[in-house]
Amino acid sequence: MGSISPLRTGARRWLRLFPPVTVALFLAPIAAGLMGTVLPSFGYLPGSGSAPLTLTPWRDFFNAPGVESALLATMVTGVGATVLSVLIAVAVSASWHGTRAVSSLRKWLAPLLAAPHAAFAMGFAFLLAPSGWLVRTISPWATGWDRPPDFIFVQDPNGIALLIALVCKEIFFLLLMIWAALGQVKADRLLDIARTLGYRPVSAWCKVVLPLIYPQIRLPVYAVLAYSLSVVDMAIILGPTAPPTLSVLILTWFQDPAPAMRFQGAAGAVFLLMCVFLTIAMWRAAECLGAKATRDWLTSGARRFADTAVRWISGGAMIAILAVTVGALSTLVLWSITNVWRFPDFVPSSFSLEVWQDIWPRLRESIVITSIVAMVSASIAIVVTLGCLENEQWNGKPTGRRSLTLLYLPLVVPQISFLFGLQIMFVMMNMDGTWSAVIWGHLIFVLPYTFLVLSDPYRALDSRYARAASSLGASPLRLFWRIRAPLLLGAITISFSVGFAVSVTQYLATLFPSVGRLPTLTTEAVISVSGGDRRVAAIYGLTQLALPLLVFGAAMMVSIRRARQFAGSK
Amino acid sequence: MCRFFAILIAVFSLGGITTGYGRTATPDWNDVVSAAEGQTVYWHAWGGDENVNRYVAWVADQVRDQYSITLRHVRVGNISETVTLLVAEKAGGRTQDGRIDLLWLNGENFAALKSADLLYGPFTHQLPYFAYVDILNKPTTLVDFTLPTDGLEAPWGMAQIVFFADTAHVKNLPRSLTDLKTWAEKNPGRFTYPAPPDFTGTTFLKQALMDLVADRAPLYKPVTDVDFERLSAPLWAFLDSLHPTLWRSGKIFPANYPALRQLMNDGSVDVAFSFNPAEVTSAISRRLLPSTVRPFVFSGGTIGNSHFVAIPQTASAKEGALVVANFLLSPIAQARKADPHVWGDPTVLDVQKLDADSAALFQDLAHGDTMPSPEDLRRVIAEPHPSWTERLEEEWQRRYQR
Amino acid sequence: MPSIQKTLCLDGVSLTLGLRRLIGPLTLKVGEGEIVTVMGPSGSGKSALLNFICGTLESAFEASGEVVLNGRRLNLLAVEQRRVGILFQNDLLFPHMSVGENLMFGLPANVQGRHERHLRVDQALMEAGLEGFAARNPATLSGGQRARVALMRVLLSEPEALLLDEPFGALDTSLRAQFRSFVFDHARQRGLPTLLVTHDHEDAAASNGQVIDLLQNQSETKA
Repeated sequence: MGSISPLRTGARRWLRLFPPVTVALFLAPIAAGLMGTVLPSFGYLPGSGSAPLTLTPWRDFFNAPGVESALLATMVTGVGATVLSVLIAVAVSASWHGTRAVSSLRKWLAPLLAAPHAAFAMGFAFLLAPSGWLVRTISPWATGWDRPPDFIFVQDPNGIALLIALVCKEIFFLLLMIWAALGQVKADRLLDIARTLGYRPVSAWCKVVLPLIYPQIRLPVYAVLAYSLSVVDMAIILGPTAPPTLSVLILTWFQDPAPAMRFQGAAGAVFLLMCVFLTIAMWRAAECLGAKATRDWLTSGARRFADTAVRWISGGAMIAILAVTVGALSTLVLWSITNVWRFPDFVPSSFSLEVWQDIWPRLRESIVITSIVAMVSASIAIVVTLGCLENEQWNGKPTGRRSLTLLYLPLVVPQISFLFGLQIMFVMMNMDGTWSAVIWGHLIFVLPYTFLVLSDPYRALDSRYARAASSLGASPLRLFWRIRAPLLLGAITISFSVGFAVSVTQYLATLFPSVGRLPTLTTEAVISVSGGDRRVAAIYGLTQLALPLLVFGAAMMVSIRRARQFAGSK
Repeated sequence: MCRFFAILIAVFSLGGITTGYGRTATPDWNDVVSAAEGQTVYWHAWGGDENVNRYVAWVADQVRDQYSITLRHVRVGNISETVTLLVAEKAGGRTQDGRIDLLWLNGENFAALKSADLLYGPFTHQLPYFAYVDILNKPTTLVDFTLPTDGLEAPWGMAQIVFFADTAHVKNLPRSLTDLKTWAEKNPGRFTYPAPPDFTGTTFLKQALMDLVADRAPLYKPVTDVDFERLSAPLWAFLDSLHPTLWRSGKIFPANYPALRQLMNDGSVDVAFSFNPAEVTSAISRRLLPSTVRPFVFSGGTIGNSHFVAIPQTASAKEGALVVANFLLSPIAQARKADPHVWGDPTVLDVQKLDADSAALFQDLAHGDTMPSPEDLRRVIAEPHPSWTERLEEEWQRRYQR
Repeated sequence: MPSIQKTLCLDGVSLTLGLRRLIGPLTLKVGEGEIVTVMGPSGSGKSALLNFICGTLESAFEASGEVVLNGRRLNLLAVEQRRVGILFQNDLLFPHMSVGENLMFGLPANVQGRHERHLRVDQALMEAGLEGFAARNPATLSGGQRARVALMRVLLSEPEALLLDEPFGALDTSLRAQFRSFVFDHARQRGLPTLLVTHDHEDAAASNGQVIDLLQNQSETKA
């Protein structure tokens, strides 16, 4: 693929600015953030003059009680959740390809994707805890329990509950990325060919489609892996407590008022970062080994691969995941209108809208603030993403592409540590406590996702359209508006809503840059969780879900209508 | 670790500009009030509780009407996040025009900010209502976790450990640590405490330690100066035998007090405890505890402390913050805070010192059977030296976080 | 002489899209080594007919009628059980496999042993005039070469019938005749009942068999 012949050099020059400006706007804070972690891990706090570098924080970290178990729990839940969700997502895509079940799941993907992690975790906990909905359904009539049974499921020491909840949450993101990739490799046609050659659906998918789409879902998989290893909000609610996972342990150190604990926390954060990188590297190695090991199998002529088993197991797993997700989110609805709901009542014994009324003024304020911040940061992210991608088209690929991959860094760096350094930068620029600081802070986390979602469809777009149009003398801008934007409208809206949803869920990235002055739904939700009133938490959880859901719903409608228009015009 | 603490202090003191100490002459209070007029005060305070939020909103209305101050409640999930922000301000080289004017804190957070020289003051002597604080009978208003406040934080409210039990299931309230243990052995799985380093959980450790040692005097000395191993040995022996009788056999613990209260509301445990004497009254009225729950205090007393408000050195609206801190000490604000239906924190004031009208505000407060008796609340055990907090937490994690 | 067993039979096959009837009812018999051509302009549903036979028809179409191959009723069989090979206008070689691997993909699993499988692939390449191309990336081949590889891949999978969906359309005129006779020769040589859809009269003429024109919806036999 060559780049398109340049016509308007002016526009080209402007586009050329996108990668360096992006890198400057985003790498500077990332660098500041990393400095703000790495230096304190050696006993040095930026901006406070010179202090001798030392390894004491590291020694403290490795000697801290519970670190080994915390690391183990982190690895088990993080890697386990990623492996499981990738397996299930691939199995479902392979064995249910082209079925009505998949196309209706696709339509319902929006609410599943939009559900914020913390809100989902709250519902999940209430669904599956010993005092939760599931036990209440069968109590006391079947179990004889009139008090909650004393068994451990949620917050179990091995992190199984956390692992399952992570799978429930991440699988939909992976499915979205897989389905987006399918459209770009002519998967349907290739599958038809493999099947007419005698291959059963699962082996056809695994041999023909998977190797082609894996490069495109690789980055999302790494994002899931990094997220699962460093997740904080879900781990606090569902993860083990004594000790918690590494990320939560580090967070409690950062929250400890004693300065030495912060240094120890910084060392822990750097360690966690290294763990994430190392795990990704090992995953990459496993990919290579796996590809090598299965190379012969691809062409062995074997045409079946446990099709029936894969179909039913993956179908069953998917139904269970959907049931848990729907159940978890439904508990939020019930709790938000509850007055009293005690064990073993199946539904609340009395309802009330009092809590809604009570917090409505604050809720309204945070809905407005959340929407503004999310709209602005997602819009900027889309413009920047498109600018960088356009530049690639007009000025050749290598320009800035390599450095742009650094934008994915915020996906793998634990937030708590990273944001401290960023905050120092904001203070130095006297920007803290302003809207711009919050939006900038959000962009750092929104941009990688918009890039992730938009870049593949963009790069896969048949450049012949553009070439044809430019040979007719169209300017880059006109080309973009008339050709690429309409063709990509679906992908752009989905990417926008993913960015919007990411912005909505930011906690520390809101609290720090705003110095708490801009309460969003997520900061309020986290604070309400600390208050321990399920009704308040449920209300914030629900609104936190509803906002991105609206945006996602609109995006899905646009993209489905687009797809239909193009299919119709074929 | 201590060395690093010291280095940090040194680092901060080097760059520290002592705005507060620099003022030799105390400005007249009227000047402060007039300077405060029109200021916007950003008050960082934990916002997880609707009672607290409503109370702060009421304060905002009052200071707006009386002093033309705009008070903004910046709700945080954990005040240590605000400490982090202040450290970041310092690291960013800021000395004035900060974003935080007032914060609600005590104990370790105060210790950290005080030693890093991040607080404005001393200022409490400027506050007219400070004269009414009961510093004699409530020594914790001047000594925060054995650390002298040095006028850097103004007392705001009192807190004391109060146990409570669901009387539908518990007939004889266990009024001592030994009774509690005996009860737990007979009723396995029905009691637990939040996992340290959560402060409510850590306070349970301190309470147990106070009750288990023969002589409490060493607990008020820095932990480095005493034989921690020997002094704390009875505590670990006690916990070793208590844990198997706890909820989930002591394998997991609730994360914090709200989680503990949730367990009680779900009927998972029958005995719990909180740091707020009015907790039972307010939680029952908000349906967060069953109506059969009643409070009790150990007959040998329970640990109590005070909480405070402080002003960062970088605060932009220092005068406004001073006026708000003073208003929080006013009889009307204190009486409202002490009302169990509003919040229920015992006042820091000496009611005897007040004029009749003001004192009457405190007489009218509700005292039902969901409130601990005033005698119960008089048996206060002071917090040990703050160095014990970290050491106990560390040792607890080392022993039970495996 | 085509035996009764080696035939592809369509019995009363009709296809509708929405309210529009595209094809049929169509009844025809393709004997061993016989090449039947279905002619029609684009949009006439001729590709859909092939998809119906091999089982990959999109759900938007409605179809009725029976397809019988060598005595087996295909309608209810899964795609992979029908043993119907299909060749598209675009060759659609698997881009992540080399030319040799693409061919080996078609080879049944009962051809066992590394050596034997490679031998069969090399043989196929030789037949296609592509000796030594096994390790090549399909993207480096010319259109004509790729088309030949695609055909060999289908043939290696040992189908019982062959469907050709305008396989010559993408090639330029000189290559087209050459590839056309290559395909027809191989189909006849293996005695495969072959159904060709095209809008090109030359293709029909070259097939030397029955031609069905969907526009006239009638069949004529050329001598």
